[in-house]
Amino acid sequence: MTTFKLNDRPVSVNVAEDTPLLWVIRDEIGLKGTKFGCGIGLCGACTVHIDGRAVRSCITPLGAVANAAVTTIEGLDPHGQHPLQKAWIETQVPQCGYCQSGQIMQAATLLKDFRDPSDKDIDAVMSGNLCRCMAYIRIRRAIKVAAAEMRGTHG
Amino acid sequence: MLLVGFGADVKQIAIGFIGLCVLGALGFLALAWRSSIPPIDPPAATNFPAELIAKGEALAGAGYCATCHTAKGGATYAGGYGMPTPFGVIYSTNITPDPETGIGRWSEAAFARAMHEGVARDGSHLFPAFPFDHFTKVTDEDVKALYAYFMTRPPIRATAQSNTVPFPLNIRLLQAGWKLLFVTNGRYQPDTTKSAEWNRGAYLAEGLSHCGACHTPRNLLGAEKSSQVYAGAEVDGWTAPPLTDANPAPAPWSQADLFSYLRSGSSAVHGTAAGSMSPVVHDGLAKLPDSDIEAIAGYFADINRSATRAVGSQASVISKAVSTSGLGIGQEPDPDARLYVAACGFCHYNSGAPLEVRPELALNTALTLPEPTNFIRVVLDGISIRDGMPGVMMPGFARALSDADIARLAAYLRRTRTELSAWTNIESRVAAIRKERPASQ
Repeated sequence: MTTFKLNDRPVSVNVAEDTPLLWVIRDEIGLKGTKFGCGIGLCGACTVHIDGRAVRSCITPLGAVANAAVTTIEGLDPHGQHPLQKAWIETQVPQCGYCQSGQIMQAATLLKDFRDPSDKDIDAVMSGNLCRCMAYIRIRRAIKVAAAEMRGTHG
Repeated sequence: MLLVGFGADVKQIAIGFIGLCVLGALGFLALAWRSSIPPIDPPAATNFPAELIAKGEALAGAGYCATCHTAKGGATYAGGYGMPTPFGVIYSTNITPDPETGIGRWSEAAFARAMHEGVARDGSHLFPAFPFDHFTKVTDEDVKALYAYFMTRPPIRATAQSNTVPFPLNIRLLQAGWKLLFVTNGRYQPDTTKSAEWNRGAYLAEGLSHCGACHTPRNLLGAEKSSQVYAGAEVDGWTAPPLTDANPAPAPWSQADLFSYLRSGSSAVHGTAAGSMSPVVHDGLAKLPDSDIEAIAGYFADINRSATRAVGSQASVISKAVSTSGLGIGQEPDPDARLYVAACGFCHYNSGAPLEVRPELALNTALTLPEPTNFIRVVLDGISIRDGMPGVMMPGFARALSDADIARLAAYLRRTRTELSAWTNIESRVAAIRKERPASQ
C-alpha cells in the first residue's frame, strides 16, 4: 500500500511499488489529463509535479512518491484558472492538444524558476516537451503572457 | 626422531626455534588477550539524566550509528545490516539494551572499551567494520553520553546474523595483530595552533563522524592508508571524492559550500548528496547543531585549501560553468546534445546564478571525477525525494535509457562541460553497474 497526496487529497493505492506513477494516475485513480507519450522520459507528455516540481511520471516509480505531494493538470488550479491555462486559451495554443497538459505542467515549473524567461530560457526548459503539431511558437507566446500576468504586468 | 643421527647443534637449534615460536605465540596471546568484563543487570532508564541522553542522541547522529546498526526495514539499532567487505559480509550487531541479544548487560566500562579499543564485553576483538580506529578519539564524556542514550532505547530482541568471513580471517584473536599494525589508540589531541572551531571540526570528523572510513583509501588488509588521508576511495559502488586539495570540483569547496551541503544535502555550486552520503547528511549530521556543522565544514575547507586554491573568484568559475548550460538548445545537429536536452536539460538548465533546485552539471563533482561511476549511478537510479535535496527528486533512467544512451550522455557532458580528458569504456561501465544494482531497482 502506497500513500501519497494527489491534487491535495490523500490517496492510497495497492499496486507494486515499481509501477510507473503515470499508470497509477491514469488507470488506478482514473485521472486522464496526464498523457502517455513515449514511456521513456523523452517527450514530456506525462509531466506532473512532485512536491511542486515538474517530473516525468512515466519513469517515476510509485514507490518514489510515497508521502509526497503529486499534482496533475487537474489540480494545478482548483478552477482551471492558472495563468498558464488562461494564457493557453487566450493564445489558442493547442492544435490536437495531446501534449498540452505536460507542456503546461512543465511551464509552471519554468515560471517558478524564471519569472521573466527569455526565449532561450523557454527553449531550454521546454525542449523536453515535444509537440507534434509544431505549436512551439504559440507555446512560447503563451508562456510569456502567463509570466507577465504572474509578475503583475499583464496588459 | 628425525633428528637422531644429526649433530647435537642442529637438535639444539631446532629446539630453540620451536621454543621461540612458542614464546612468540604466548607473547602474542598475552598482547591479544582481553578479559571479559562481568555482565551487569540492565540499568534502569531513570539512572540517566535527560540532558546526558539528549547529548548522546546528537552524538549518535554524528556517528551515523543507526545507519549501520539498523537492517533495511528493521528496528532501529537492532543490527543485522550487512556490510560487504573484501573479506566477506559483516553484519552489524544489536546495540539496543536487550539483555540477551543486545548490549543490556554491558557496563559503561565495557561500552567504553568497545568504543576506544574495539573489544566486545566478552573480551573478543571486534572487526574494524566497526570504526573503533576513529572512535578511539572520542572523549570519555562523549562516550558516557552515548552509553546513556543507547541504554535508554527500547530493547529489541534480535540475534546477530553470522558473518560470512572465512577461516582463518574469522579468528577474532587475529584482529589484535591488525590493531597493532594499524590502530593508534588514544583520545583526540587538540592542535593548539588552530582555532577552537577547527579543533571541534577535526574532533568530530576524525572521531565519531569517521569521515576517513569512506574518503580514505584502504590497503589490502582493509586499513585506511595513513599516507593518503582523505584522498578519495571507492565505497559501496560509489566514488567517495577526495576531501583534500586533489578534489576536482570546478569551484573549490569553501566552508560556506560545505556547510550548505552537510546541513541541507545540497550546494548550488556543487550538487546533491547521493549514495552513502545521503544518510550521513539526513539521518546523521541532521542531529548536530549548526555550530558543529560549521566546524566540520571549516575543518575540511582548511584541509582542501580552498581559500588559496580558488583561481580567480568563485563568481568567474560559476559564470563560466553556467555559460555551457544552454548548449544544445535550438537547431542542434549533434544527437548526443539532443538526447541531453530532451532527457535532462529541462531540470538542469540555468541562466545567471545556478539555482540549487537546478543542479548545474558543469559544477558537479560527478562529471569531474576520474571515473564516471557516480554519474552513471545517478542516471540509472536517480535521486529519491528523501536523498539529496529534500523535496526534489530525479527519476532514474534505468528502464528508459540503454547502456549506449547513458554512455553517450556521459561522454557528451564530459566533453562539453569540463576540460578534462574523456572517460573510457563508459558503456561497459554502465552495463557492469546496471548488473550490480539490487534487482528491485
